[in-house]
Amino acid sequence: MAEADSTSTVSNGVNVAALLAAREALTSAPQAAQFKWRAACQWKDGTHSHSTVESFYGLGQEQHHKRTFAFDADHPEIFASEDHGATPVEYVLVGLASCLTAGIATVAQHRNIQLRSVKATIEGDMDIQGILGIDSDVRNGFGGIKVTYDIDADAKREDIEALVAQSQKRSAVYDIVTNPTNVTVVVS
Amino acid sequence: MIIGAGHAGLAMSRCLTERSIDHVVLERGEVAHSWRTERWDSLHLLTPNWQSRLPGFSYQGNDPDGYRALPQVIEFIASYAKTIAAPVRTHTRVTSVRATEAGYLVRTDQGDWRCRTLVLASGACNIATRPAFADGVPRAVAQLTGQQYRNPGQLADGGVMVVGASSSGTQIAHEIHRSGRPVVLSVGEHIRAPRLYRGKDLEWWMDAAGVLDERYDQVDDVNRARRVPSLQLAGTPDRSTLDLNALTAIGVKLVGRLAGITENGKAQFAGSLRNMCALSDLKMGRLLDLIDEWARANGLDEQTEPPQRLPPTRVEETPPLGMDLASGEIKTIIWATGYRPDYSWLEVPVLDRKGLLRHDGGVVAAPGLYLMGGVFLRRRKSTLIDGAGDDARDLSAHLASYLDGHLARLTA
Repeated sequence: MAEADSTSTVSNGVNVAALLAAREALTSAPQAAQFKWRAACQWKDGTHSHSTVESFYGLGQEQHHKRTFAFDADHPEIFASEDHGATPVEYVLVGLASCLTAGIATVAQHRNIQLRSVKATIEGDMDIQGILGIDSDVRNGFGGIKVTYDIDADAKREDIEALVAQSQKRSAVYDIVTNPTNVTVVVS
Repeated sequence: MIIGAGHAGLAMSRCLTERSIDHVVLERGEVAHSWRTERWDSLHLLTPNWQSRLPGFSYQGNDPDGYRALPQVIEFIASYAKTIAAPVRTHTRVTSVRATEAGYLVRTDQGDWRCRTLVLASGACNIATRPAFADGVPRAVAQLTGQQYRNPGQLADGGVMVVGASSSGTQIAHEIHRSGRPVVLSVGEHIRAPRLYRGKDLEWWMDAAGVLDERYDQVDDVNRARRVPSLQLAGTPDRSTLDLNALTAIGVKLVGRLAGITENGKAQFAGSLRNMCALSDLKMGRLLDLIDEWARANGLDEQTEPPQRLPPTRVEETPPLGMDLASGEIKTIIWATGYRPDYSWLEVPVLDRKGLLRHDGGVVAAPGLYLMGGVFLRRRKSTLIDGAGDDARDLSAHLASYLDGHLARLTA
């Protein structure tokens, strides 16, 4: 990996040269930058569902992951469910934390910062009076989300903070959870 | 003692008079005060003239299907007060109500009153609510509530965002857009309704089919029923339907529910506009199905126009999700985001944590204390002028038997 970026003296395992090349290529061919991400979800029983992720569309054609990834979602027993998997809202937290963490590694590589350890804890506050329909003034979703990073790297604290800030700026999931999105749900 | 001389307090006054129960009606201003001071100029009642039936009073004019303009509403309620000779003390503002051993101590700016029973008929719409994030609106943008809005002439030229698409929001949006100020309408939960259905007023159908008589103890979840937004109706001379399709047809732009305002003054709209409209179309369909079923069962199919359905609410492919409020495009925001009652003067521990009265169909959780004029108080029609009669008859009977029991206890 280090060979991919000969000017870099650090390696965080991110091929920044390839990403920069892709950015240049897609600047002149924006239609290839149009991606579609997908998941399929199958109800099992109760609140348990089984989702899979396999294909996506990008660079002008159908693409495939190396294998099918599977995710079971359910609710814990205190919700009278059987706890076959993480709750859907926990998947959102996983999505946000993993997106920000990937971003930190990428930005650090680009900025020549060697990472030794990056750990995030993420917590979302939720008043479930919303989803239970007890109080219409309470929203269904998170009241707030807090992410705490513990980063060990060859850099000053302010450079590490700048990494974390830049990764939020370029994060897809951060944008998804902080800004509205039009959602269309149809019955086929 | 009755607090409030609107239609609800007056209907109760009439019922108490019929039972020879001595009482007074305290009124902070004139009879029909909130109609005189807290409504926009062009407002028309949402219910047809024939439907405003009060105990001992009803419409006698020659336009039963019309909708009263604001001055006519005020006149109607004022003449009701006169007709029933209601013992109203005007310009008497209640400053506090406290429980005493024998009943209640009512303090007013015109002296104190003591009473054994007390009916709160001070209105369900005293305070216009706004979301907390309204404070984040840039200073250059003027803000009005539906209570403060009077007419388009009050507003600066330029764009207007109306927040809320129930009956107030849609009527205000319509009037302002026609004044030449382009309107953006932020749409959350709302209930679409045709003004006329099969040739008759929707209110006629709902009245005849018993929808309006549905009782608070018959619905699955009365708290939910009390939160249902008002039907998207308007009372216009041409009896036209004022739904979102009518508004987009004249150029009003629909956006999703206003979800928040960012630090740099950007309004964020929820991406749920399509679902809000689909939900509303489905709800309207269920109401019309119920009406059709009732019409068939009651042999009205021959006498009325055939069933019809409105086309689905049109929503553009990708509605905008944000709007820069600092750009100058929007000069005014009008909050039509609901109302709540004001009980700040009520020092009796009967409020829930949301500041609403705890009551069972108007029988408040304190002895001898009653509520009139609440949304879905005892029936779906409790919200309407037409609903005050039945509620007042029920609650005055309860009040009378409470007084009988009270006397029995005193003499025992």
